[in-house]
Amino acid sequence: MTVTTNATGTTTANVSAATASAAASAAATAEASGPQSITMAKALNTAMADAMRADSSVLVFGEDVGMLGGVFRITDGLMAEFGEQRCFDTPLAESGIVGMAVGMAINGMRPVIEMQFDAFAYPAFEQIVSHVAKMHNRTKGKLKMPVVIRVPYAGGIGGVEHHCDSSESYYAHTAGLKVYTPATVADGYRMLREAIDSDDPVMFMEPKKLYWSKDQVDLDALRAEHDAGTSTEGRAAVARPGTDATLIAYGPSVPTALAAAAAAAEEGRSLEVIDVRTLVPFDDETVCASVRKTGRVVVIAEAHGFASVSSEIVARVQERAFHYLAAPIRRVTGFDVPFPSPKLEHYYLPSVDRILDAVDDLQWED
Amino acid sequence: MTIHADHTAPETGVEDTAADVQRKFGISVEDYMLPARHQIQMVNPDGTLRSHEEQGTEPGHEYPTPSDAELMAAYEQLVVGRRVNDQNSALVRQGRMAVYPSSHGQEACQVAAAMCLSEGDWLFPTYRDAVAVMTRGVDPVEAMTIFRGDWHGGYDPKKHHVGIQCTPLTTQLLHAVGVAHAAKLRGEDTVVMAMCGDGATSEGDFHEALNFAAVFHLPVIFFVQNNKYAISVPLSHQSVAPSLAHKAVGYGMAGERVDGNDLVALLAVMDRAVKLAREGSGPLLIEAHTYRMQAHTNADDATRYRPDSEVAEWQAKDPLSRMKSYLTHKGLLDDAANERIAEHAEAVATQLREGLGEDVPVQPLDLFKYVFSKPTPQLKEQSELLADELARAESAEHGTESAK
Repeated sequence: MTVTTNATGTTTANVSAATASAAASAAATAEASGPQSITMAKALNTAMADAMRADSSVLVFGEDVGMLGGVFRITDGLMAEFGEQRCFDTPLAESGIVGMAVGMAINGMRPVIEMQFDAFAYPAFEQIVSHVAKMHNRTKGKLKMPVVIRVPYAGGIGGVEHHCDSSESYYAHTAGLKVYTPATVADGYRMLREAIDSDDPVMFMEPKKLYWSKDQVDLDALRAEHDAGTSTEGRAAVARPGTDATLIAYGPSVPTALAAAAAAAEEGRSLEVIDVRTLVPFDDETVCASVRKTGRVVVIAEAHGFASVSSEIVARVQERAFHYLAAPIRRVTGFDVPFPSPKLEHYYLPSVDRILDAVDDLQWED
Repeated sequence: MTIHADHTAPETGVEDTAADVQRKFGISVEDYMLPARHQIQMVNPDGTLRSHEEQGTEPGHEYPTPSDAELMAAYEQLVVGRRVNDQNSALVRQGRMAVYPSSHGQEACQVAAAMCLSEGDWLFPTYRDAVAVMTRGVDPVEAMTIFRGDWHGGYDPKKHHVGIQCTPLTTQLLHAVGVAHAAKLRGEDTVVMAMCGDGATSEGDFHEALNFAAVFHLPVIFFVQNNKYAISVPLSHQSVAPSLAHKAVGYGMAGERVDGNDLVALLAVMDRAVKLAREGSGPLLIEAHTYRMQAHTNADDATRYRPDSEVAEWQAKDPLSRMKSYLTHKGLLDDAANERIAEHAEAVATQLREGLGEDVPVQPLDLFKYVFSKPTPQLKEQSELLADELARAESAEHGTESAK
């Protein structure tokens, strides 16, 4: 058996004839080149298809990912193109899905699995924490876990209970897991390709409410960027430059932060927005460079604030840039209550107004 | 790598299995999946061979006696396994190991599980299966690293196709399923042995693993060593099913129960299971009735939950003495063979004593080395902090010495 996945993921290893011909036909019908308006759902779908074309050890499985193409259609068309050996439905059992992925990774595959909804991943928590996260460590690096666990997460879609949890802190707290969360269409493609290439396990947190957000994206340019080995891991993005204060956000909160910055600009306040992108590893450098420039910080996250990723960000900034701070760091997060029902979630989620109020509290001299 | 993209959906329907069973054994699929009415037992506790009728055979549940060569090789491993168990328990008492969950009394299961596999097959053991791990060829000292306390896993799982001994109950059964599934997708004929105890059958992953293996029609043998207790909780509190082997039929796979202290019966049943799995019959469940003669670990007081009379009863069914008298009666085991086997067992014990007797220096910076393939800046920072502490401690030590 030969499996070749180089850093850029461009190698095609002995893909069977049928797969090769499917890939060729897919390539022929690929999107027109140049920038075009596509959704994050399409970007994620394209990332998986491209990764499966590049490496026949990449498998996609989970509940409803095959015939249905995923409840959010993120795996749409993958079974048709790659066959039911490489994209398939499993029995409805999340621990089983993750545990089987561990075994497949031990035996040379690169599984990309879907947890369907954030709170549905909890039955798999033991497999994720005790095995996915620790296998590389327990075996002194002899076994790698190139597993991507896709978790559609967070609210804003009017989902009923158990469908809108922000579970990223559980995973970020677990040593041995990398945690990615894209906020833009282009990052959806970039970061998922990178997660699939990674020899480390990645919890890939997909903000559900951004699945249908659109952007002008040049997929061919993104493919070329991927093939050139550009890395987003541990690199936060400056989503909007500014000088007066820094809004630190990730995933579903990035568009809200950007809207707040746009509103603040109308009032003459220049807010910089940092999109953290990968929670683990965390980009202290970009975040602290912004804090040193602006001296004022608001951290925004949908998850409960208590003992959370947002708490970690505040602590890290405080440890590294305390003397540059002109005011205490503020947080705008979800309340410490179970995620509310659809008619109440509006009161729970960080809003533009709540962010602007926090910004106003940053002890301005004027 | 080749994924057979033109391969049609795996045949999983009960109709296919029924036809297969009818062809192979001439019985209905129900009769095939249900365990035999009694445990498969071929040798009496006193070492005499049971008559064919007494072996409890029914159509589809008849087993040939393993070859003399296989029996002798297995007996040798049995003696080694017993010596390993007792040596390791002694090393714990001497403070050379943190803990050792002994399989004393269950060695026949350990040996059979490892010996029925071919080189390319995989074994997924629990924490109590160190003897199976060593029988599979893993270096005894490397296998003990987890219990010595200088790292969690001490051997390369890929070298001998042995998963890391698993402490969380039954989670490794799903890893076995994944390994089998990956092999099947590549068209390899790998068989995977997934081991667990009676307590593990109550865990959710047990059911998910059996169901996945059955649905995907994978060559996995689920081997339950029913040693009657999950630490202190007796089998009657784990399950009220007629037997643990009966659980198989609910998932659409065959189950069989076997005397877990009868190495001959174990080898016969396991060998056939591996053959069937390799031929594409799908997964199987084997329940071995055995007994943990010692406490769960050295931290456990077994007298609090089980009577001495029960332990004595099982003492009389000891797998080692049974096999020894069977092979002696059969004329296969003479003084010379006994001596040679004892020497082999002693050599392994010596290897363990010497290997675990020496203090291997731990490498503090290894803490950070294997968390990720591509380390994070955060871990680099923490690693530098510890390196700095170590350097200062060392220079302080040298400073004290030079002051003297």
